[in-house]
Amino acid sequence: MSFWSRAVQTARLMVGVPDYDAYRAHRAAHHPGEPVLSRADFHRDRIARRYGTGTGAPPRCC
Amino acid sequence: MTAATVPAQQRLTPQTARDWLIWGAITLLGAGALGVVALHRGEPVNALWIVTAALCTYLVAYRFYALFIAARVVRVDPARATPAVRRADGLDFVPTDRNVLFGHHFAAIAGAGPLVGPVLAAQMGYLPGTLWLLVGVVFAGAVQDLLILFCSTRRDARSLGDMIRTEMGRVPGTIALVGVLAIMVILLAVLALVVVKALADSPWGTFTVAATIPIALLMGLYGRFLRPGRIAEMSGIGFVLLMAAIMGGQQVAASPALAPLFTLTGPTLALALMAYGFIASVVPVWLLLAPRDYLSTFLKIGVIAGLALGILIVRPELQMPAVTHFVDGTGPAFAGALFPFLFITIACGAVSGFHALIASGTTPKMIATEGDLRFIGYGAMLTESFVAVMALIAACVLDPAVYFAMNAPSALIGTDVTSAAQAIAHWGFHIQPEALTQIARDVGEGTILSRAGGAPTLAVGMAHILSRVIGGPALMAFWYHFAILFEALFILTTVDAGTRVARFMIQDLLGSVIPAMRATEKLAPNLIATALAVGAWGWFLYQGVTDPLGGINTLWPLFGISNQMLAAIALTLATVILFRMKRQRYAWVTIAPTLWLLVCTLTAGWQKLFHPDPRIGFLSHADKFAQALAEGRLLAPARTPADMARIVFNDRVDAAVCAFFVVLVLAIVVYGVAVARRALASAQPTAQEAEGAHVVLV
Repeated sequence: MSFWSRAVQTARLMVGVPDYDAYRAHRAAHHPGEPVLSRADFHRDRIARRYGTGTGAPPRCC
Repeated sequence: MTAATVPAQQRLTPQTARDWLIWGAITLLGAGALGVVALHRGEPVNALWIVTAALCTYLVAYRFYALFIAARVVRVDPARATPAVRRADGLDFVPTDRNVLFGHHFAAIAGAGPLVGPVLAAQMGYLPGTLWLLVGVVFAGAVQDLLILFCSTRRDARSLGDMIRTEMGRVPGTIALVGVLAIMVILLAVLALVVVKALADSPWGTFTVAATIPIALLMGLYGRFLRPGRIAEMSGIGFVLLMAAIMGGQQVAASPALAPLFTLTGPTLALALMAYGFIASVVPVWLLLAPRDYLSTFLKIGVIAGLALGILIVRPELQMPAVTHFVDGTGPAFAGALFPFLFITIACGAVSGFHALIASGTTPKMIATEGDLRFIGYGAMLTESFVAVMALIAACVLDPAVYFAMNAPSALIGTDVTSAAQAIAHWGFHIQPEALTQIARDVGEGTILSRAGGAPTLAVGMAHILSRVIGGPALMAFWYHFAILFEALFILTTVDAGTRVARFMIQDLLGSVIPAMRATEKLAPNLIATALAVGAWGWFLYQGVTDPLGGINTLWPLFGISNQMLAAIALTLATVILFRMKRQRYAWVTIAPTLWLLVCTLTAGWQKLFHPDPRIGFLSHADKFAQALAEGRLLAPARTPADMARIVFNDRVDAAVCAFFVVLVLAIVVYGVAVARRALASAQPTAQEAEGAHVVLV
């Protein structure tokens, strides 16, 4: 992984968005043929998860 | 394990002569630098000595103590499958590169706390704060972060409350949840108070911070409809607009027509913040919260890096003495003697219970191997400690007289530069009144007197350092407002997100009594719980803004006590788990910091309750006002008997909250001791770990 792509990944994960390509790779490897979220839907899903309901929402630090 | 089976990176002692040399040199350099910092008197000492002492301490602690904890105490097993591997789903559970995950974890733990606490603690000089930051992080803070991360990773990434429930029982689990909610409320109030103190009567600052709302809305719409998921583009646009807002703020402050619109008093700002907090946490997250979060996260990382570079380039000298006479407890920024109040004032950066929530949140779902735990858990906390050290440096490079002018309440120094200079001279720090006026003019403010709360002091210190790198005195005002904006931005993001979290907790707690409250997607329960959450922190905020002692003096210790108590609870859990793993011979690693935190927080709690000095004890302050009220006298700042009665009532509520925290932590410790004793009696390990080799299909 190049320095730049790693930096981009770090920046995205800092705001709670994991790597989309890794997600696609995981779906292809473990759930072939099943639907995969589009990039936009993936992003929406992650926003809802990060600030959304219940236990998945990370607490905020002081 | 025999030495032959231990992987090279897990061996505690250096293996080669070269290793011995390198680590010996780092240790000597650190000890030397620490010696200079501790023993140097008279001439100002260069900040680089503190930086060197800190970095060497971190390196040695990470190489030896953290490795000892990981390899020897809990015996991490890099081959054991982590939740990220076993439950991989590409969304929540993702095995992640350790450097990438370090960024995620650090961004989650680094907030306003490590920037504010050390600035307040600087009133006792740079030495006590520096030593506590280094000792605290090595033996308490980073240990807690690492062990809770380890425990959660071994338990399918369960949360702190969940782990307390399964390892210690239902009752302590519920107690801990209620405690976290109470701490959250105090945290949000005190952070909002920091923003209010920074923006009161500052049209420039108020305009720039207000401008972040439309900027975030614009970014939110862009990222939702125009270019979904393009975080870099959104953030770039937002950043450019933010810079424009800072420059626009200067025009607004200079405009006779616009400036009054943005010149707000503390109470007005407090009400505005409550209204904002309510609205922001019921509108969709993508519209306001997410874009703000992007801006504040990236700005935060950028500013931390910039400040580090600035300190390295400028190599400023510390003007503050190593130790001031305020260690006796008479200081203006916060009341109370060095022990226990220094250790309460600097929570984040040394040890912060809140991190236990983060370390049992999203990070353990992404740990690729247990071999990474030390780097993420211990390493990120060391980095946060370094941020706190830099904040301490930024406060101590200021002329001490300026520092005290900014941090003393007007009750002590009056409201004009002449009276302030006189009062400060009595404390032994001399400055011309004109110099105080000049600094206010340099940073583009009307006055710098009594701007308590840490943020403005840090902003002046940062402007002092950064303007010597870029722009010189001409850009001083820009850098000051940049720093204020940066702090306000991420505090408001925390207020927004924290209100949401508090809302869900309230819905959850009330839901066990009134099931209808649990429907998080329904509007009515949502609005009711949000109103309760905002009402709770808003009440403390408003009380703080109108507090005769300046609010920070009341709320910051309460926050420090509660945060450290949460750390004591987390470390108690870690101790219990060590006993249940049958690793009790190493339990001193957690018992020692737990005892220290208990001694500090219980002493501080006791003093906040019963200290005869009304500046420290809530009850003696209440008595003072109640007695005056009974005699028909009015004490400043109360203007009516109703004001007097309200102050008495507030004091008693603060006392009740403080007593509540004390009872809470004692209860958890009692449960902890009982469970640890039972675990000791058992011949088998009783820790409830998830099966490492077991593969869970998702």
